[in-house]
Amino acid sequence: MKKLLLLLLVPLLMGQAKPATQAKPVLVPDVSQRDIEIAYSFTGAELLLFGAILYPGGRLPDDDKPTDIVVVVKGPVQSILVREKEKVAGIWVNAARLRYRSAPSFYAIASSRPVASLVDERTQAIYELGLNSLQLSPASSAPTEEQDRFARGLVDLKRRSGLYFEAPGAVEITDGVLYRARVTIPARVPVGRFTAETFLIRDGRVLAAATRDIDIRKSGFERFVARSADRWSFTYGLTAVALSILFGWTAGWVARRF
Amino acid sequence: MDIYLPIANLSVNALVIVLLGGGVGLLSGMFGVGGGFLTTPLLIVYGIPPTVAAASAASQVTGASVSGVFAHIRRGGVDTKMGGVLVAGGLVGSLFGGWLFKLLQASGQIDTVIAIVYVLMLGSIGGLMAKESWTAIHASRTGAPPRPRKRRHHPLVAALPLRTRFYRSGLYISPLAPLLLGFFVGILTILLGIGGGFILVPAMLYLLGMTTQVVVGTSLFQTLFVTAMATMVHATTTKAVDIVLAALLLLGSVAGAQVGARFATKVKPEYLRLALAIIVLLVAFRIGLGLGWRPDEIYSVELS
Repeated sequence: MKKLLLLLLVPLLMGQAKPATQAKPVLVPDVSQRDIEIAYSFTGAELLLFGAILYPGGRLPDDDKPTDIVVVVKGPVQSILVREKEKVAGIWVNAARLRYRSAPSFYAIASSRPVASLVDERTQAIYELGLNSLQLSPASSAPTEEQDRFARGLVDLKRRSGLYFEAPGAVEITDGVLYRARVTIPARVPVGRFTAETFLIRDGRVLAAATRDIDIRKSGFERFVARSADRWSFTYGLTAVALSILFGWTAGWVARRF
Repeated sequence: MDIYLPIANLSVNALVIVLLGGGVGLLSGMFGVGGGFLTTPLLIVYGIPPTVAAASAASQVTGASVSGVFAHIRRGGVDTKMGGVLVAGGLVGSLFGGWLFKLLQASGQIDTVIAIVYVLMLGSIGGLMAKESWTAIHASRTGAPPRPRKRRHHPLVAALPLRTRFYRSGLYISPLAPLLLGFFVGILTILLGIGGGFILVPAMLYLLGMTTQVVVGTSLFQTLFVTAMATMVHATTTKAVDIVLAALLLLGSVAGAQVGARFATKVKPEYLRLALAIIVLLVAFRIGLGLGWRPDEIYSVELS
């Protein structure tokens, strides 16, 4: 019985012993908005991601290796189908296609320095740091070069519509303990749960990571319309028809008066 | 003034959409067409997803045709029996069109098919209209008496069985001919988001041989019902009708249509037809170029 108790205590004791030998900093992140509501005038949102780095004992590391912060904001994953146009008999038509099971609908990465200079490719792939390291999970056995071509096409398309972007140098670190970054969320993002991940990187290694959730949803009238169109589609259609008849009839009536 | 479209999931400048609707409405009032053939491509150019554009443009055509239908009914310019047959064909056609739309969407060729149908339809109708109005203008300039056109329906139409009388249209033909015509226009309404007036009017004149006085009114009558049906089909199948977008378009177009209708009474009809033919040909030419030119986007993404 005593032995068993001692065994149970072992991990506790180890946990206590850890900070003394292997001091790891802790991240305390936050975002300016936990909920973003899409209303009629929504043209996008600007998120401020900020937080503090807590070093054990409150002391900054005294070596001259720089500390870097990387912030990644990800939208809900979507199952998507990417089509590629090709010229067939003189006209451009959709030819090849590739399905992705879980591509992020939005992806923004801000860092204090270019990510490629902070960590190696393997670490980038593990933590999905950077547009070239996204885990898109293509649902096909197409040859690697074709998959790469599609991935480049997808990332390029999303980047130009403002849904994917990289902002090296956008994270500011003040006095080695406070950091902040601004990320712009465009109006055409889908609704759902977004995550803001913060990574602390030193000497090519990710020392700490923390996550905060952000909920983006339609509110008020916009939510009502989107929900009606989905759930009561017949009534919604009738309303649209009635609206157009009313508009047309009113205009005719007004025009006959004047 | 930016406004968020809840179904298209993006924000647009409300003023631009209202003005776009107004411009199309002006043309539709002037030429007596729905104007859907302009709205859908213009919305796509502005960045609205094609499905949402086609689905919401249909309700704009409904609004534009309402006041016209009432005006023509008061003047006795609607053959309701002929209109009813066309509508019946149109309703079946729009259901079939909805099925076709889904099929093409799944195969990924919907955009190409829409573009090709546009080029063929607009190109041929625009060409015919340009030729006809040019001859009319030329004839009135030189003072030559216009050749009286024989008002006769196409021999194929005459061969169909089950003849019945359409008194207002002055016809004794089989209802199968307008039924098929309505069916065909119904498919186009769903696929392209157009009212089909610019196909229906020449077909009624040259294929069925209807009396000119009831052609425009009956065409509008058919357009009203079939575009309303198209909105319903889109609302229940593709769920792509954006009521905010439709309201903005309507706001502009119904006002524009009234202004256009007043303007139309001051200009000679053959000049109007020539102007419309040129616009139609230009749109067809632009879409045709888009098919052959390397597109801006090689890749496209859709949810699956």
